[in-house]
Amino acid sequence: MNSLVQTPKTSARAAESTPHSLHPKVVAKDVNVYYGDKHALHDVTIDIPEKAVMAFIGPSGCGKSTFLRCINRMNDTISIARVTGDILIDDQHIYDPKLDVVQLRARVGMVFQKPNPFPKSIFENVAYGPRIHGLARSKTDLEEIVTASLQRAGLWNEVKDRLNEAGTGLSGGQQQRLCIARAIAVSPEVILMDEPCSALDPIATARVEELIDELRQNFTIIIVTHSMQQAARVSQNTAFFHLGILVETGPTDQIFTTPRDKRTQDYITGRFG
Amino acid sequence: MSEHIVSRFDEELKDLARRIAEMGGLAERQVDHAMTALTRLDTTLARSVIDDDRRLDLLQHEAEEMAILTIARRQPMAMDLREIVGAIRISNDLERVGDLAKNIAKRVIALEGQFQSPKLLRGVEHIAELSLAQLKNVLDAYATRDLEQATEVRDRDGEVDAMYTSLFRELLTYMMEDPRNIGFCAHLLFCAKNIERIGDHATNIAETVHYVVTGELQLDERVKQDASSTTTVAFEG
Ligand SMILES: Nc1ncnc2c1ncn2[C@@H]1O[C@H](COP(=O)(O)OP(=O)(O)OP(=O)(O)O)[C@@H](O)[C@H]1O
Ligand SMILES: [Mg+2]
Repeated sequence: MNSLVQTPKTSARAAESTPHSLHPKVVAKDVNVYYGDKHALHDVTIDIPEKAVMAFIGPSGCGKSTFLRCINRMNDTISIARVTGDILIDDQHIYDPKLDVVQLRARVGMVFQKPNPFPKSIFENVAYGPRIHGLARSKTDLEEIVTASLQRAGLWNEVKDRLNEAGTGLSGGQQQRLCIARAIAVSPEVILMDEPCSALDPIATARVEELIDELRQNFTIIIVTHSMQQAARVSQNTAFFHLGILVETGPTDQIFTTPRDKRTQDYITGRFG
Repeated sequence: MSEHIVSRFDEELKDLARRIAEMGGLAERQVDHAMTALTRLDTTLARSVIDDDRRLDLLQHEAEEMAILTIARRQPMAMDLREIVGAIRISNDLERVGDLAKNIAKRVIALEGQFQSPKLLRGVEHIAELSLAQLKNVLDAYATRDLEQATEVRDRDGEVDAMYTSLFRELLTYMMEDPRNIGFCAHLLFCAKNIERIGDHATNIAETVHYVVTGELQLDERVKQDASSTTTVAFEG
């Protein structure tokens, strides 16, 4: 539980020395990203704790999505993008030329801002990943994975009677949860979410937030959000980016009550920088 | 500090701060008047203190409402959040200070017609001066966000407590010396307790200032030096 108003009896400083998870799942060292001549990300170094939610916040264009895309090498698909530095997942260099990128993307799932189900049935949307990655040995296996994923995404009760209908026929909030079900169906270790609730109403947003909170028992989640309140609600750790620089990172409770850097303070309190 | 992009937010915070400043001024005056009414046994002044307390209650109510609305509208973060939480807390403390001043004023009225011995008031005067100084200093510390001054107030709370304990003993001695003093001294004891508690609220405010400025909540490690409840006095037989 985040407690932003009622700081625990111990001082806010004490919380800093006890990060929510000691083991870093993802480690980035001196990561720089260039789009052609444009230097979009400068020397980003950060540890992302395992089985916890890390929020990336910062003004538009500061490089949040750029950094997020580094973590599953989505930037490889942008021809002018160039990434330097190291990113490790469980001590394995993900930019190692010998690494299988398809395999990496199964380990690091992604949910986008706009729900993007495939133009296929609800069942197929979720079954697709496990099938291509060979995660199901039989049809029953596959059905079990689909059911479990939809249940974990909190969508099962709403769709169990219409698994053969098109995924695109669901409401926006349901589509986003379908995309989350699709992401978790391949049992990833890390889930990247780029503004997953920006197209959702408050109720659908609350459902997704509740889901994120449950998922962090088993997954490492990184979420980009423009809502300070959302970051405060769902994350245990927060990183603030500004003009391509990682300005400050720390426990969410501390970032939103006593940020150290003036730029962080100005941003989260809605002041002119 | 730079201004908010939404300028109405800045205005709301300023309004709230003004309300607290007004409450502070009024609470200080109420305490001052209550003390004066007590030391001069002035019932007219005491009555005005009782009447004016309503104004403080009203201001507290308004401040709380403004704070709640601002939280609902702006979802404040970091220093803004601390600022508003601090205002709510301080307005509560000031409202309580007002109540304590009113209690003292009521005692002054109750004292009318009792056997009075003004020399017994001297000890109460001292603790009253110290408590009032604590209140003044902490309100200054709040107005200027002066951490050092707030810490000084917090550190001096022990003095108020210790003074209360010794005053308690002193008044008890007067009561034993001459039974005609008992009624008067009993009222004074209650007044002294109220004054000591005004000092406690000053300390609470000091801790709130610390929180507003640093974001740290202070653990309650103040040593309580009011030992009156454990004081034993040998009654002579
Ligand atoms: N494909 C691209 N080609 C060229 N420049 C890009 C590309 N993608 C991003 N950029 C630039 O890199 C910088 C960082 O962009 P990025 O999309 O990472 O920002 P962001 O923090 O995610 O912003 P937003 O909150 O608006 O989504 C911006 O200046 C942007 O214009
Ligand atoms: Mg983005």
